[in-house]
Amino acid sequence: MERVPIQLTVNGQSYQVEVEPRMLLVHFIRDVLNLTGTHIGCDTTSCGACTVLWNGRPVKSCTVFAVQADGGELLTVEGLERDGQLHPVQEGFWEEHGLQCGFCTPGMMMTAVALLQENPDPSEEEIRKAISGNLCRCTGYVNIVKAIQYAAHTMRETVPAAAGIAEGE
Amino acid sequence: MIPAPFSYRRAASIEEAIALLQQYGGDAKILSGGQSLIPMMKFRLAEPAVIVDINGVPGLDTIEEHNGLLAIGGLVRETTLERSPLIRQQYPIIADTAEVIADPLVRNLATVGGNLAHGDPANDHPATMLALRAEVVARGPSGERVIPIDEFFVDTFTTALAPDEILTEIRVPAPPPHCGGAYMKFERKVGDYAVAAAAAFLALDEAGKIARAGIGLTNVYHKPLRAEAAERALLGQAPSDELFRAAAELAAQAADPTSDLRGPAEYKRAVARTMTLRALQKALSRARAA
Ligand SMILES: Cc1cc2nc3c(=O)[nH]c(=O)nc-3n(C[C@H](O)[C@H](O)[C@H](O)COP(=O)(O)OP(=O)(O)OC[C@H]3O[C@@H](n4cnc5c(N)ncnc54)[C@H](O)[C@@H]3O)c2cc1C
Ligand code: FES
Ligand code: FES
Repeated sequence: MERVPIQLTVNGQSYQVEVEPRMLLVHFIRDVLNLTGTHIGCDTTSCGACTVLWNGRPVKSCTVFAVQADGGELLTVEGLERDGQLHPVQEGFWEEHGLQCGFCTPGMMMTAVALLQENPDPSEEEIRKAISGNLCRCTGYVNIVKAIQYAAHTMRETVPAAAGIAEGE
Repeated sequence: MIPAPFSYRRAASIEEAIALLQQYGGDAKILSGGQSLIPMMKFRLAEPAVIVDINGVPGLDTIEEHNGLLAIGGLVRETTLERSPLIRQQYPIIADTAEVIADPLVRNLATVGGNLAHGDPANDHPATMLALRAEVVARGPSGERVIPIDEFFVDTFTTALAPDEILTEIRVPAPPPHCGGAYMKFERKVGDYAVAAAAAFLALDEAGKIARAGIGLTNVYHKPLRAEAAERALLGQAPSDELFRAAAELAAQAADPTSDLRGPAEYKRAVARTMTLRALQKALSRARAA
């Protein structure tokens, strides 16, 4: 079976590995790197539970091959917390009760992180549009929107520190 | 779901990509955004032996206006398109279309070239490009050719592209004076393909009569459909609600949808009629504001 060497940075750490071309990025993240915070919900590109940031953009990692990420940079939910300190988005989900079962939460948070990097002060409509590819079966989205608003507020108040964390290296 | 094994080749130039396609013939598939191809491979509806990744090919991701044409590179992502100030201001029908495709996560990867090359009548760009009378630029072993959009869509998942050709650019005629276009899509939920959708493009003459008309329909035929009879009915006429209703009826008659989970054929035909009417109304209001 053909294997291809790839080199990529995940949550600031550099990896060099060989993968089969058909290996999906989500399987690489979960099964090779053992970063199981990234979830598989539908496996059919519909739910967004597998969302990670690939070179800063949120994408569905069940619909990317790991080889495509060669030379690139990934940020997964494990990369949000720094030195025991939650990312403002994580804090927002905690404070505003932005989750129930938590299955959609890692993907939802990655989309929120990307949104706030681009748009530090999104309207409710902009938040709802941004998360429209991330499905939640529990919350009804109201508290998810509040959680993201909380994070936006926190990040604007503490610009330098939060911006540094959000860069994700 | 795991796709069947394949070999992966990353092309660094268009020439290299074409050479790889020639070398592997029909066994190879181009990978752009992968948002249609990878799902099909996971379902094993596609089992290409070789994947030629063109994402590293430079120069295919620009949006430019020159010589009276808008040129959209084949690798332009939907997100880039929907946010482009040029597209939003000068070609709002294209922005309308891009922003209702799939969801924001899919749109971060999905490309315009892939959307057309896939040949899926459920995809949204084809109807808009039919209404705009776009042209598709293809590069192959013997050079470049320009394919009028009317000749591009052959059948479901079949286009005029040869297996060793790459869609490099979509060309749209620059907007004439007093023109407007709009895309109207009816979907069950965000991220779904259209129950039915319509693209309408109108240009008015100095007297306010319709000098150019384009209507394209999504997901109501075995391929993307241009509603020619409806277009003819509009030409030379003064716009009116009655005229638009008659044209929308002709568009609905041209549709031949199939019954499925998105609804029975008659319902989809009715949705096509309503979407055509609304697209015409919005196109007219944009043409008058232009
Ligand atoms: C959940 C979901 C919902 C979706 N909803 C919609 C929707 O509502 N509307 C819509 O329009 N689309 C929708 N799509 C499809 C999406 O827009 C696809 O991205 C698009 O159809 C294909 O573009 P791509 O760049 O991803 O192409 P790929 O998946 O990479 O390729 C698709 C096909 O085109 C060929 N190809 C790609 N690029 C080229 C090229 N430059 N030259 C020659 N051949 C090429 C490939 O070989 C392949 O056969 C949806 C997809 C998903 C996963
Ligand atoms: S698991 Fe990737 S979109 Fe659902
Ligand atoms: S919290 Fe359960 S799916 Fe979102």
